[in-house]
Amino acid sequence: MTNSSGTSISNASDTPANSSSINYRQIIADGLWNNNVVFGQLLALCPLLAVTTTATNGLGMGLASTVVLVASNVLVSMTRSLISSEVRIPVFVLLIATLVTLVDMAMNAWLHDLHKMLGLFIPLIVTNCVILGRAEAFASRQPVIPSALDGLMMGIGFTLALVLLGAVREVLGSGTLFANASLLLGPSFTALELTLVNDYQGIVLMLLPPGGFLVLGFLIVAKRLVDQRIERHRQKPSGLIATSSEQQLQRNH
Amino acid sequence: MTSRYQQTNPQAGPHVRNPGKVPSLMTTVLIALLPATVFGIYIFGLPALNTVVLCLLSAFLFESLCVWLVKKRIRLVLFDGSALLTGLLLALTLPPWAPWWISVGGTGFAIIVGKHVYGGLGQNPFNPAMLARVALLLSFPLQMTAWVNPAPLFSANSPGVMDSLFTTFGGMDIPDALSGATLLGQVKTDLGQGLGLNSLLVNYYDPLLNGIGFTSGSLGETSSLLILLGGVYLIWRGIINWQLPLSLLISVTVISSLFYGFNPEQYASPLYHLSSGALMLGAFFILTDPVTTPATIRGQVIFGTSCGLLVYVIRTWGGYPEGVAFAVLLMNGLTPLIDHYFKPRQYGRNRQGSPLAMPSLSDVKSRTRS
Repeated sequence: MTNSSGTSISNASDTPANSSSINYRQIIADGLWNNNVVFGQLLALCPLLAVTTTATNGLGMGLASTVVLVASNVLVSMTRSLISSEVRIPVFVLLIATLVTLVDMAMNAWLHDLHKMLGLFIPLIVTNCVILGRAEAFASRQPVIPSALDGLMMGIGFTLALVLLGAVREVLGSGTLFANASLLLGPSFTALELTLVNDYQGIVLMLLPPGGFLVLGFLIVAKRLVDQRIERHRQKPSGLIATSSEQQLQRNH
Repeated sequence: MTSRYQQTNPQAGPHVRNPGKVPSLMTTVLIALLPATVFGIYIFGLPALNTVVLCLLSAFLFESLCVWLVKKRIRLVLFDGSALLTGLLLALTLPPWAPWWISVGGTGFAIIVGKHVYGGLGQNPFNPAMLARVALLLSFPLQMTAWVNPAPLFSANSPGVMDSLFTTFGGMDIPDALSGATLLGQVKTDLGQGLGLNSLLVNYYDPLLNGIGFTSGSLGETSSLLILLGGVYLIWRGIINWQLPLSLLISVTVISSLFYGFNPEQYASPLYHLSSGALMLGAFFILTDPVTTPATIRGQVIFGTSCGLLVYVIRTWGGYPEGVAFAVLLMNGLTPLIDHYFKPRQYGRNRQGSPLAMPSLSDVKSRTRS
């Protein structure tokens, strides 16, 4: 049920962008909220459940995925007239795998400390179906700039979802927030590391995969409730449409 | 328009002989659980009473909350007793002196995540009480394995009113004199140290006491005999069938006899397995949940047998000393598959779903003549 509604949202939102005038606002709203990778499309659940035991891990995974997502969207969009539709999927996969390897090696060379922290997550990005999904659904039909924006917004939406999920699981599971953030972002971010409850025993279940599914389920419920409320606002007076969509954007930032 | 014939002669069956409503069913099950509950409160004292009351109260509150949230007809749903049954079943599987947040949180998990997330009574794929017990065991291993030795009510060791409130609400630790391991847990630990069963069991295993229930263990699981009594009552009232519980008990008996005959030093006797842990409660009250088990008798026998094998495997070779909750949840997951292969036969059709051959007219005539 969730899947079918997710695809229907993506179809509806991709259609106006297919016409000659490109709606950047629509792209931003889709990436961050309406068609959010996790809460709207329910994609990338495997890396999602694997790494979101802490908010820091979620942030690292999200940032790395965003870089790959933007680069792959740009590349696919640039080469979209050269690739025949029969071989497009293998070519996309090749492009993405190449990009992930490049990011992996570049980080190992220039950001070695960061790579040590994220080393586990980088190869996982290849398995992330969002990247192939955006290449197929958006970048292969759109010019470069909208594709780059789409990649960026999808990536930021994914990052937000990962951080949110990681934060909830970390608080419930181990009573801390953004533990080890200084390792990822540098020593100036030590202030982010919070211990909310001292001597917290923790709900161990939250750190296990079932806990990830549980939190994900409740967060999706929360998003649906917000969507319902927005819809109700929209149906009342017509003048409220603009403000409600602005509120919706603000909520994401 | 009813003819005189229809008024005086009954129609062809089936006839409803029992009101068969959910509340009466649930009440009967609650009555069947009463002896084991009262016995549990008797041997584990007032903290156990707190646990039972907390579970029942919070089951009622969480059920009201969920029903109110989804705007169902509160009076119809709330008083069907199913939430109370879930609460009581969970309470019976908890450590008797569990802190209040274990009881309340566990019941909340059972009612909200185990039942109402899926759409309420009749929609849940997993047994809510077992789901909550496993979630609690995985989340709070320390509190969920804090067992107490039996100290009957009004005896010297049994805590008074204030002490029992402190135990439940104040986080008071169990006094060392009373804390003890369950039989299954103790045997598992000692076997891990390479001791033989024959020398072990004489120290702390008395088949009679174990059967009656004067051992440490979950609140309402210790007394296999009283639970068996409740189960027989349910079978006599026609609430549950005998095939499902019996298939579980037989499969545990058969596999444990096999290994016991093979090496009694390493593998415990069938009687030990039958009278320990949650097996009896599982057989008569957990497995027989009409929602989460297969619909046909053949499916139920497969369900019960597989559960028994899983329980034995988990108890003997698994990481946890008791495996009934895990086995039930695993088999709950397989229930749709079992139901797919063992559908009830439709009337007038064979098991494959094609219509039965019609008897020819001459057959019918010859039969009526003779």
